[in-house]
Amino acid sequence: MSFVWEWLTNPAYWQGSDGIWVRLAEHLGYAAITLVVAAAIGIPLGLWIGHTGRGRLAVVNLANGVRSVPTLGLLFVAVLVLGPLLAGDIAFLVPAIFVLVVLAVPPILAGAYAGIESVDPSARDAARGMGMSSWQVLWRVEVPCALPLIFSGLRSSTLQVIATATLTASISLGGLGRFLIDGQAYRDYGQMAGGAVLVAALAMAVDLVFAVVQRIAVSPGLVPVRTSRRSARTRLVPNPA
Amino acid sequence: MMKKKLAFGVAIAAALVLSACSSGNPLGSTSPNPSGASATSITVGSANFPENELLADIYAGALTAKGVTVTKKLNIASRETYVPALKNGEIDLIPEYTGAFSKYLNPDADISTEAAALASLKAALPDTLTALEPASAQDKDSITVTRATATQYNLTTIDDLVPVAKDLVLGGPPEWKNRSYGVPGLKKTYGLSFKDFKALDTAGPLTVQALKNGQVQAANLFTTDPAIKANDFVSLTDTKSFFGAQNVIPVLTKTKATPEVTAALNAVSAKLDTDTLATLVTKVVVDKQDAATVASDWLKANGLS
Repeated sequence: MSFVWEWLTNPAYWQGSDGIWVRLAEHLGYAAITLVVAAAIGIPLGLWIGHTGRGRLAVVNLANGVRSVPTLGLLFVAVLVLGPLLAGDIAFLVPAIFVLVVLAVPPILAGAYAGIESVDPSARDAARGMGMSSWQVLWRVEVPCALPLIFSGLRSSTLQVIATATLTASISLGGLGRFLIDGQAYRDYGQMAGGAVLVAALAMAVDLVFAVVQRIAVSPGLVPVRTSRRSARTRLVPNPA
Repeated sequence: MMKKKLAFGVAIAAALVLSACSSGNPLGSTSPNPSGASATSITVGSANFPENELLADIYAGALTAKGVTVTKKLNIASRETYVPALKNGEIDLIPEYTGAFSKYLNPDADISTEAAALASLKAALPDTLTALEPASAQDKDSITVTRATATQYNLTTIDDLVPVAKDLVLGGPPEWKNRSYGVPGLKKTYGLSFKDFKALDTAGPLTVQALKNGQVQAANLFTTDPAIKANDFVSLTDTKSFFGAQNVIPVLTKTKATPEVTAALNAVSAKLDTDTLATLVTKVVVDKQDAATVASDWLKANGLS
């Protein structure tokens, strides 16, 4: 363990254009781009499926099927297929983000549609009875009630993306994966294990931020539902491991 | 790809788990092969690129034909991983290259000629290992550029790169970044400073594509790589013998070097020249033939099995 600690505490490894700070920033950058794109796809699609009940079978099965594709394999295929169409470093960045988005969408999608589906039908009926339009029912009743599950989908997706974004280093990009790939190439276990520790720490820190945001965003009226939400989450948003 | 991912995952998991105990060598096995006493069983390893795996298959086939029990552990990784495995007896035999291996063992080794590289290797090998007869086949690292880049800057040798390197990005395997055999060595020997270094794969498809599409303007490829001819790439002449002589050579654990094993491997070396090797590599890499089949066909055709 000592060599991991030595690597992590040596200030020389934190600075410079290939230092830990830069790699952390790159890693967060890849994860942020991925999550924004994945949320822009997964949340509207999930809300639409949950609200209308349409396309559920096709979309959900497709999304779950995509989850079984090995990410590293898909990454190399994406680089070899998309790379020749692009110039400069984008030729590596676009395939990497594409592959991470493929990984990130299913949990977000599942969270969104499961969230809408789990809304108490009597609340929905009451809203309609008050004369709300379908659009108003979605935004004023269903989405606020679905927020805990939407957040849980986002958080599960974020953890997966932060862990898997290490793979981008295998196609010459930066991020914390550089320490794993380069550490393996040099047989420098301090660097390799240190990099892995940083990935885990980053994942936990980001999850903590999401937890705080969720606490602020979710209506306190929904808090007693928490126990049933737990069981719903384990059922509907399977653990990435 | 699945295999690679799995191996990668296992490596990380092992590094994580084992780093918890303060062992100096987290990935290494703690005890040498317990059945090491039997000289007629040999574990053949290889580095993680097709030609080296093919050579390991050829060695394995030649030994099997002489009644030696062979276990294959191919596609291990780079020297940083398989050399310790060779030292502690996890593997007994590996196809190596005289120059590159000498430089790995001793960064100051003289590898400017075939004889010098062989002598340096024999001097630098740990006591437990022995190098048999080298083949005339050479597979050298190279700095390779596209035909267009070569024409644009009028490049034929690595020296020609010196004035223009500041505008070019070099691509190579991750370990090149800090290895005396990579970027620092090129700077020391040729005074080459590239604009940037990109860590790609070990002269594999990623490197070829990055060179072809211009993400890098110069890249490390092996001289026997079929992609050089296929894409009309230009390998620059190594005037200062930085990559040196790189004859294929079997490196073996001394205790396993019985007369029959030595004779079988030296017979392979005697028949293997660069053209033969390039042709065999093309069969595996371009024609996608099974390496073990290519190896056994060649051994049969040459009366080695």
